[in-house]
Amino acid sequence: MLRWLIGGGREPQGLAEKSSVQTIGEEQIQNPYTELLVLKGHQDIVRFLVQIDDYRFASAGDDGIIFLWNAQTGEKLFELHGHTHKITAIAPFSSSDVTEEEMDLIITASADRTVIVWDCSSGRQVQKVSCFHSTVKCLTVLQRLNVWLSGGSDLCVWNRKLDLLCKTSHLTDAGISALVELPKNCVAAAVGKELIIFRLSASNNGSEGWNVLEAKRLVDHQDNISSLVSVNDFTFVTGSHVGELIVWDALDWTKQASECNFWDSSVHPDVQPEIKLSQSPNETSVQHLTSDEECVFAAVGKGIYVYNLQMKRVIASQRTAHDSSVLHIEKLPNRQLISCSEDGSVRIWELREKQQLPAEPVPTGFFNMWGFGRTNKQANQAAKKMQENTPTYFLELVGDLIGHSSAVQMFLYFGELGLATCSADHLIILWKDGERESSLRSLTLFKKLAQNGDLQLKL
Amino acid sequence: MISAPDVVAFTREEELEDDLYREPPLPEEYSVPLFPFAGHGANPWAKVAGSKFTRDFILISEFSEQVGPQPLLTIPDDAKVSGTFDLNYFSLRIMSVDYQASFVGHPPGSAYPKLNFVEDSKVVLGDSKEGAFAYVHHLTLYDLEARGFVRPFCMAYISADEHKIMQQFQELSAEFSKASECLKTGNRKAFANELEKKLKDLDYTRTVLHQETEQQKKANDKGYYTTQAIEKANELASVEKSIIEHQDLLRQIRSYPYRKLKESEFHPYEPECALDRADVSGDQDPTASDFTEPGETHLYTHVPSYTPKLIKAKSAKCFDKKLKTLEELCDVYFFTQTLDQLHHIERTFRGDVCYLLTEQISRALLKQQSVTNFLFEDVSFLDEKPPEKQYRGCQGLGQDAIDEKCSEESMAPKVVISLGSYKSSVECVPIKMEQEVEDSEEPKMSESVMSEHQENLDYLDADIKGSISSGESIEVLGTEKSGTGLTKSESQASLPVIPSPQVGRSKVGSRRTVSEDSIEVLSTCPSESLIPEDFKASYPSAINEEPYVDDDEGGLRFTPRLNPGIDDGQDDISKQESLVQVDAACCIGKESPNFLEPVPELGQKPCEEDGVVRIPPQPYRPAEQGLRGGFPSHDGLSGGLLPYELDSRYLTGSREVSKSSLDECSDSTSYISSTASTCSDRTPSPAHLACLAGEKHRKRAGQNALRFIRQYPFAHPAIYSLLSGRTLVVLGEDEAMVKKLVTALSIFVPNCGVYAKPVKHWVTSPLHLVDFQKWKLIGLQRTVSPAGVNVLHALSRYSRYLSILDADSKTLRCPLYKGTVVARLADHRTQIKRGSTYYMHVQSILTQLCSKAFLFTFCHHLHLPISEREPEESVVNRRMNFLKLQLGLANEDIKIVQYLAELLKLHYIQEPGQGGNPLLRFDYVPSFLYKI
Repeated sequence: MLRWLIGGGREPQGLAEKSSVQTIGEEQIQNPYTELLVLKGHQDIVRFLVQIDDYRFASAGDDGIIFLWNAQTGEKLFELHGHTHKITAIAPFSSSDVTEEEMDLIITASADRTVIVWDCSSGRQVQKVSCFHSTVKCLTVLQRLNVWLSGGSDLCVWNRKLDLLCKTSHLTDAGISALVELPKNCVAAAVGKELIIFRLSASNNGSEGWNVLEAKRLVDHQDNISSLVSVNDFTFVTGSHVGELIVWDALDWTKQASECNFWDSSVHPDVQPEIKLSQSPNETSVQHLTSDEECVFAAVGKGIYVYNLQMKRVIASQRTAHDSSVLHIEKLPNRQLISCSEDGSVRIWELREKQQLPAEPVPTGFFNMWGFGRTNKQANQAAKKMQENTPTYFLELVGDLIGHSSAVQMFLYFGELGLATCSADHLIILWKDGERESSLRSLTLFKKLAQNGDLQLKL
Repeated sequence: MISAPDVVAFTREEELEDDLYREPPLPEEYSVPLFPFAGHGANPWAKVAGSKFTRDFILISEFSEQVGPQPLLTIPDDAKVSGTFDLNYFSLRIMSVDYQASFVGHPPGSAYPKLNFVEDSKVVLGDSKEGAFAYVHHLTLYDLEARGFVRPFCMAYISADEHKIMQQFQELSAEFSKASECLKTGNRKAFANELEKKLKDLDYTRTVLHQETEQQKKANDKGYYTTQAIEKANELASVEKSIIEHQDLLRQIRSYPYRKLKESEFHPYEPECALDRADVSGDQDPTASDFTEPGETHLYTHVPSYTPKLIKAKSAKCFDKKLKTLEELCDVYFFTQTLDQLHHIERTFRGDVCYLLTEQISRALLKQQSVTNFLFEDVSFLDEKPPEKQYRGCQGLGQDAIDEKCSEESMAPKVVISLGSYKSSVECVPIKMEQEVEDSEEPKMSESVMSEHQENLDYLDADIKGSISSGESIEVLGTEKSGTGLTKSESQASLPVIPSPQVGRSKVGSRRTVSEDSIEVLSTCPSESLIPEDFKASYPSAINEEPYVDDDEGGLRFTPRLNPGIDDGQDDISKQESLVQVDAACCIGKESPNFLEPVPELGQKPCEEDGVVRIPPQPYRPAEQGLRGGFPSHDGLSGGLLPYELDSRYLTGSREVSKSSLDECSDSTSYISSTASTCSDRTPSPAHLACLAGEKHRKRAGQNALRFIRQYPFAHPAIYSLLSGRTLVVLGEDEAMVKKLVTALSIFVPNCGVYAKPVKHWVTSPLHLVDFQKWKLIGLQRTVSPAGVNVLHALSRYSRYLSILDADSKTLRCPLYKGTVVARLADHRTQIKRGSTYYMHVQSILTQLCSKAFLFTFCHHLHLPISEREPEESVVNRRMNFLKLQLGLANEDIKIVQYLAELLKLHYIQEPGQGGNPLLRFDYVPSFLYKI
């Protein structure tokens, strides 16, 4: 058990037990997060983090409490009590309306079948709606139309003042699991295996009335749609539990491309059998999707895959990026990708171009082997087979953050301020750049000295 | 052998070392040759070889009206201590120099017997024949059966070291005053009790006599008085007179100006409050009203059960009855308190005087490091002791009061249950009484703020006039006025090393000792004020503010003679005045603020104090003041006064914290639990305990650390881990062994704040990230059970935040260390053998580190660009250059200083009251495995 204590590092054991998971040593030069703050408050799993503005964020989870935090200082700003059950959805609703004064709101939905609107600056409950027949599972704010949608067993459209503008008929008992805004006043709702496109249209009889109409039902997925993301005005992407990824045209709602089972290892005979054994539906489920203009980043099972929209193929992947399911991924502006997983770790990846080696069009089976360090040999072997001269990419692990003792549910990237992660261990951790924090503290220190009138005496 | 005037490092410990930690004796070649003429057990360093006692002790004696001066008890209560020293003879000596301004009996012109609220006198005397020097504290206790109702006592601190007595005079005086105050308080209570009983007896007697007279009147119809009747009538009259007298006495004793007590440091409780109220409300018949007073019953529950006795007209007096013992004279409770205090004094002052002085100096200096001292010093310890020291030197009064208030609170539940309920209603009464008393009777107590202030002014006047008068009714025998006007040549000639006014006095005194009689009073009480007055005057704010602050807590708010406006003016004058005096006097070791004033005279003295004095450079003072601003709660205090009064107010609580953290067995030491427990810190004398615990802990930790660095070749990286803020986990199966290691290593752990050290001695559950935030040194249990697997799993998971010392397999897993600081800190070939010596060595190197960290933290341009356009890189370069070149740090040492600087920053910018989130800083550096 204590082999590493004697052996001196984690690597040997890691290699022996989990041969496929890439590890990084304790030396992580590129990892900027050298300081952390533990934010305590929640009494149950923290599932949601949502950014309110440049420095504030809200957290919510199974204890039904919403906390507002200062991302810079880690200070707890407000503790919002109102829900009696776990929170199922949270959405910020900042209004930059010219008519009203700026007001930061957050909308939360809970399993107690209520939706509450909170004022972030005062920490007060603005309004509460409790006329739902089922739990609201998703919330979307259509900033453009100044309305927000709640999705449960039906889809409701609300305005800022929490007037119910319109609603659909009862859809399914399972309810809407995800909503995404599409151009031309449309929204896509994932209902089980189906993807339903609704169109909002202004009603004729009222000044602020809206009608919601079902525009199309897309039934291309074999299994429940688990994630839904809008890439740009022309494209959105869905992923399902069995690992299907479909790229849709956002305007005419047609299928542009799809990857089915492309991460299924069983297709590739060279993969070690024990991995196959551990394959379960969960392993191929598309947990989370995120995108930038060029690529869609998919968290599939334990792995991360980068799907290029132009090339319509997976350009890079890390088959076993984590020890267990990846729950959330996000693309940072600096070509970095952050993923968090049920194994309690957060990993920072960098998408790098491998130019010296010619690559072949996405041999998905190979990609899981790709990486660096100990897999280089295999990569070289694989490279011999490669024919085309297109640049290939790979995901390099540049750092990992270990702090949570349980699944990391979500994280929020605050740029310079750092990274907030929330976890099933009831904690939120703020990861910060130690260097930057140190100099900020110096600044504060000298400000305080100046305030006290001591600076001029000294210098 | 006399106490320990000796080579400090060696002999001092010899005496105090616990048996557990007793070291083998020095090798022959290192030991200092024994004094050739001394007999067995003699101390070669004894200045007076003739002294017959082995170490300092405290003697309490009484001038008994029956047998004359007699010793009552010694502390320590050990026959060995006094040895062949003739206590009887010495008692005679010390009792013969009682300068209490007491006139026993009836002063002419007064109708009734008067009680004198006699002020204690404090005298230093030397007996060259016995080789003994003593600080003698005379006090008077009341006894109804004694002649003039008074029993003179004295407490003496006897040492063979004359310099110790002289230099520690202020300290001794203050400490003994506390003890005396405690005794007297108990005595007043007992005396009042006794009077009440007596009154009841008299009342009963009167009733009986009255009845008898009536009966006789009835029986007698002859129209003339029989001799019997006349006798009875006379008897009745004398009883009546006696009642009046005793009532008067009772009133007097109750009207004791305890307001002074309140403002001074010791007032264990105030039963008199109740009495006074009773007195005021039902003055006509105090005995009766006493029963009706609700506040009374619980105080004197035994009173109602008292059955009055018939008093014979001529009650037996002096010699045919046994006088009360000291214990009977005071309440038992107060007696034990006094003994505790005396034991504390004994412990505090034993050892060599230079050790005491060094400790005082270092403490005073440390106190000034308000920005950095929290890092490695036990701040609570630091904060609680020095104020006491300060008290004698200059102000510190508030602190003492607070301290005592603590102890008062602690004892209050035992004695008074509902004191608070009637406290407020009593408030104004005693003050009125007090004024009256003050005018008519004895002046003030030296400890009281008011009177001290009075004295202050007195001396101020005296100073201005250029002459010194004691202003007291106490005879000044050996006081050397040269204390202020001491010339350097003189002082150097006599004692070049310790330039203090006391020394000046002692010098002259000792000369006399040689030339004249064998017994000599070297100094008396009022002369002491020469020095404190100076300092008081130079810190007027302390004087003026503290009593008020204190009052707020104390309940009684009244300082009739304090006129701040006038005082301020006076103080201003005195401030200028005092600076000159301070320079001349340059009192070392007690008055920290004065270190800030480099004194011209000092420059000429080649002594080490000189160096010490100059350590805080000139610009340091403003910096100090400014930095103090970081603790807004202190902003109210002005001048060079360091903020410990208020500091310690909230630190009195944290004392418990530190205490428990010092105790290596305290598992429950966590921030929350310990801070919560501060409220329940109700041990009678926490200061003493903490002090002792600190001492012990240091010794033990130093010893263990020494053992650790000798045993483990990888001690350096382990210590580096601690210094750089990386949590070190000591893993092992054996709890005792792990705890020992943790104790050893704990001296290297920087504090994160003024709270307890971030050390956890023993944990059995898996560690979590939050633990590393909170604890920097953890003892962890290794078990083979499934739970143990979890523990190890957590360790491996969080290994990047940890260094792991495996106590069982003797391995260490931690980052590499290539610096030089730790090598100096923990040299396994060190010649240091003793725990506390090593502890001091460690402290000195850590202090160096602290000062580096301080410089680094507070150099503006190292952290911020000089100009707007300066790129960040150049600042970083400058910073690294500073660390490497200016501070001379190599490799990993930089990280140590950076970590300490970070702690300093956090500590400084942290708003008080707001705990602040503890943050965890870490590096991504590879670890290595070290084996033996």
